[in-house]
This record gives sequence, C-alpha cells and structure tokens, in this order.
Amino acid sequence: MKILGFIIQKEFKQIFRNKGMLPIIFIMPVVQLIILSNAATFDIKNIKFSYIDNDHTSLSRALIERFDASTYFNIVSDFPSEKMANAAMSQGDVDVILEIPHYFERDLQKEKHISLSVTINAIDGSAAGVENVYINQIIQNFNKNIKADLIQTEDKQSNPVNIITLPSFWYNKTLNYKTYMVPGILVLLVTMITLFLSGMNIVREKEIGTLEQINVTPIKKSQFIIGKLFPFWIIGLALLTIGLVIAKLIFNVPIVGSYLLLYVYTSVYILVILGIGLFISNFTETQQQAMFISWFFMVIFILMSGLFTPIDSMPKWAQTITDFNPIKYFVEVMRMVMLKGAQLQDILPQLLKTFLFAFIMNGLAVWNYKKTI
Amino acid sequence: MSEINYVIEATDLTKQFGDFKAVNAISFNVKKGEIFGFLGANGAGKTTAMKMLIGISNPTSGAANVAGFDVFTQAESIKKNIGYMSQKFALYDDLTVKENITFFGGIYGLSRATLKQKINALIEELGLHDIADNLVGALPLGWKQKLAFSVALLHNPKIVFLDEPTGGVDPITRRQFWEMIYKAAHEGTTIFVTTHYMDEAEYCDRVSIMVNGKIEALDTPKKLKEQFKVTSMNNVFLKLARG
Repeated sequence: MKILGFIIQKEFKQIFRNKGMLPIIFIMPVVQLIILSNAATFDIKNIKFSYIDNDHTSLSRALIERFDASTYFNIVSDFPSEKMANAAMSQGDVDVILEIPHYFERDLQKEKHISLSVTINAIDGSAAGVENVYINQIIQNFNKNIKADLIQTEDKQSNPVNIITLPSFWYNKTLNYKTYMVPGILVLLVTMITLFLSGMNIVREKEIGTLEQINVTPIKKSQFIIGKLFPFWIIGLALLTIGLVIAKLIFNVPIVGSYLLLYVYTSVYILVILGIGLFISNFTETQQQAMFISWFFMVIFILMSGLFTPIDSMPKWAQTITDFNPIKYFVEVMRMVMLKGAQLQDILPQLLKTFLFAFIMNGLAVWNYKKTI
Repeated sequence: MSEINYVIEATDLTKQFGDFKAVNAISFNVKKGEIFGFLGANGAGKTTAMKMLIGISNPTSGAANVAGFDVFTQAESIKKNIGYMSQKFALYDDLTVKENITFFGGIYGLSRATLKQKINALIEELGLHDIADNLVGALPLGWKQKLAFSVALLHNPKIVFLDEPTGGVDPITRRQFWEMIYKAAHEGTTIFVTTHYMDEAEYCDRVSIMVNGKIEALDTPKKLKEQFKVTSMNNVFLKLARG
C-alpha cells in the first residue's frame, strides 16, 4: 500500500507536469463534446429544392408555397425545362426537383387523380429517404386540403373519415437530437482519452528505458500496474464529471436517472478500457505502435457501438460482434440512465457484462505483463 | 566451491537466442566487497549476462546464485538485494532530483522518514543543494550519472550492477565517479561493473574479459598483464579481442 502511494504520486506529478498533454486530456474533450454534439446531427435541413412549373395556375403555386413554408426546404430555383433542372442536379446545385405537369389544376379538379414527378439526389441514401418522407408529407397534406375543398363544394352529404395520428415521443419529447447525441459522445471521449493515455503510458517507459529500471526493483506486478492505472481511472471519472456538467448546463440534456448509478457503471467501465490499454502496451514497443493499435480498436468499437447507426439494423454476425463491444454497453447505460431514469435492476445485465470484461481484460493484461525480457 | 563470502556464483551460465549463444557457458565467482570488472567488446555478451544476473532475463541453462538467491527461482529476492544502473540513463527526466530519489527509494520500501534523511544526506554528499528541486532532464550528464549511481545505492544493496556507467562522461567526472565506487566498495558493497575504458579496468580488483560469449580471461589486472606479457590492460584487451 505504501509503495502504491509512491507510484501514484509520481504518475500524477508527471501527468500534471506535461504541459503538452494537459490540454489534450481536459480541454480537447470539452471542445469535441461541444462541437460534435452540435454538428453530428441526423436532422436533414436546408434541402436545396427546385421545381419545374408547367401549369402556372393558382393551385400549382399553392403547392410550391407549401414547400417554401416548410423549414426543411430552401427553394433555390425554378427551371423552365427538365433538361436544365437535370443539369443543375448533376452540378450538385439542387437536391430535389419537383415537376408539376401541364393542366395540373384542370386535371386534378376533373379527374381527382394526378401524378407529380419528384427527382431526389440519392448519393446520400439515408438523406434521400428522409427527404422523400418530407416531400410526401407535404404533398399529402396539400392533397387532403384540396379534397376537403372539393368535398365541401360538390358533395356535402358525405362525411370524410379522417385518421389523424398524434405521435408522442417518449424519453426525448421534443425529438431533440442533442439529447440523444450528447450522452453518446460523452462515452466516446471518456473511452478515447483513457484508452490512449493508458495504452501509451507504459510503452513510454519502455521507450525511455525507465521500465527496465523498474523491473529490477522488487516491486510487485500488481503494485506497479495498479499504481500506473489508478491515475487514469481518476481522470476518466473527472472527464465524466466535466461532460455531465456540460450536458446539463450547455445542452440542457435532462438527466433523469441517478448520478450515483452513472458513476458506479463508469468506474467499472473504465477498468475495462484501462485493461485493454495495458494489454496493448504489453505487446508494443513504441508509443506509435500503441497509438495505431488503440486507434484500430477505437474505430471498430465506435462504429459498432450503436452510437451512430442502430445495432438492430446491422447484419446478424455484426450484431454478435457488438455483444463484445464495451462501448455499446456504455452508450446503452448512459442513454438509459440519463434519459429514461433507469434503475440498477434495469442496467444490471450491462453492468455484469462490463464487470466480466473488466475482470478478463485486466486478468489477461496482468498475467501477460512480464518483469523479465 | 560454495563459500559464504562469494556473493555471485555463476556456473556454465548460458543464454541462447535461436542458434546464437549470446552467453556461452560462463563460470565465475565474485567476492563480497570486490570491484569486479566485466569487460568485453561490443556484442560480446556482457549486457545479456548482466541481465540474467539481475533477474530480468531467464538463463537458457547453467546455474547462478546472486546474493544467496537462485536466478531461476528467486529473481524477486535477488532484486531486493541488488542495485542496478543501466547503460541508458533511467531516472525520470520530468521529475526533480528529490522526486526521483523519493520514487525509487519508495518502491524499494523505504519509509518517508528514512527517505527524508537519505535525501538530505545525498544532496549534501553530491553537493546538489541548488538544484535539488530542478528537473533531472536539465542536469549535465555527469551529474545525472552520479545521481543514478546514488539512487542505485539508496536501499543499501549487497551488490550494485553498473552497465557502462561512465560512457560519455568527462575525465574529471569519471574520476569522481570512481571515487564513489571505491567508497561504496569500502563500505562492503560489491561492485559489478562493465566498461570500455581500460584505465578503469586497472582500478578493478579483478577483471574478466568476454570474447564472443565466453570468458577468455579472469584475474587481477596485475596478473593478467603478466600472463599476456604486456604493460597495460589496454594491450591485454587488444590481444584477447583480436583473438
């Protein structure tokens, strides 16, 4: 215990003395959290909308006004011909082309049935899908109003049956994208910083030759490793604290659940990451190697965490892999506790699995750490 | 063979990497309080042999006993009883003189009170008053090496292993360094030192010379010179190393 104290004291001194690392540890995550949470949004806005109006009637203009009124669409131009519109699309100047046919108003009143042509730039497939939904909604609303008008004027007897859906979004009432992203990005920052720091720390001592000096002392493996990793465990929890403060103060993310539960889970989680970092540093000789391997794992962990893409839509084999991804559980727990107010029994499966990972990773890392060369 | 006053006993100690025998069945004994010079050309196997003796490299075969403990089974007990100063400067550049002493003393299990005394005594002895709170990285190499040697002695080890401790150091500092070595030996610490400076070899009580993984000569500098009919250790070395 006494020896442990000496190591921890030394590590903290070195961390806080390193003027290059301090901002990376504490300032970079804050900046990232603020920037990423604002920028990494799935909301599709400012769609570049254009139209070809072959009808030029009050009804066709009314339809276009609908798009103009929507906050999702910016009307960038109207084209006299399809050819010009297509040219603009291939230049990337417009995202959507709506073509209103000749005799739109006349046919609609006469036949009550008409086709509109909509062209959508689908280079970003998911954005195109969302745009399609928006366009359909606007046209359907427009359609409903016309019908109502026609029914009123022509057939006063029939009672139109209107089915209205009133969605209610649980846990994120206003569908605020940041409420969803902030907890996830916070997870990434805690993970990245602790993984990189712990992965490179012991390798650094290998590089400068002090590890050999440590290895000729009677220090126990466990003392050295705990002493080395403890400071990063503290830093990880400090990052969580900073992140929660920002989430609350800047993003106004509702934190419904228990802070204690968040800290309990995170403290177990960081152990997993530190174990991985230590394991990496056992197998590498330079900080550069450690950095690349850490980065390799980070990318896989992030993309398969369900943070940016839902795990449910991944292929079966990929879903199986995500079961071994600690970040996935952390993301789940953060969202469950922060947004839903999940209790201990709700996150118990995640907590137990994370605990198991921590045990296995650190067991492997300590077993694998050799004081001999 | 096994007398109490031998603190290092090596018998047919061997380290093999693939087909290459870096250390080929070396046998020697080192007496308590002796300054034992461990010489050899670059790549002769000195550092490999030393790493086996300090318990950070497992021998392929043979036997060795250091400070009364077996290198195969009691490496951690050996580590309690030895000090080591590597070829590469291995104190922390980003810690101060005092912090380095505290850390290394601390991990050998010295108490904070003992450490305080030791730090004061050491600073006094090395004349480091003005720079005790300076970062070690900013010190001149000679001072660093003296500090590293003192740190290796902090826990009063029975044997100190020095791997080319004076490489790149000016002659005056080398002189001072050897005075420190003599002082430690006088107080009963056994010194096991590798060097490429043949004048330093003359200071040793006994010298072994390794060539291609084997010990080719082992005796006092005086007897070695007689044996090879030359006037200096330098010529002894040249004769042996050239084969």
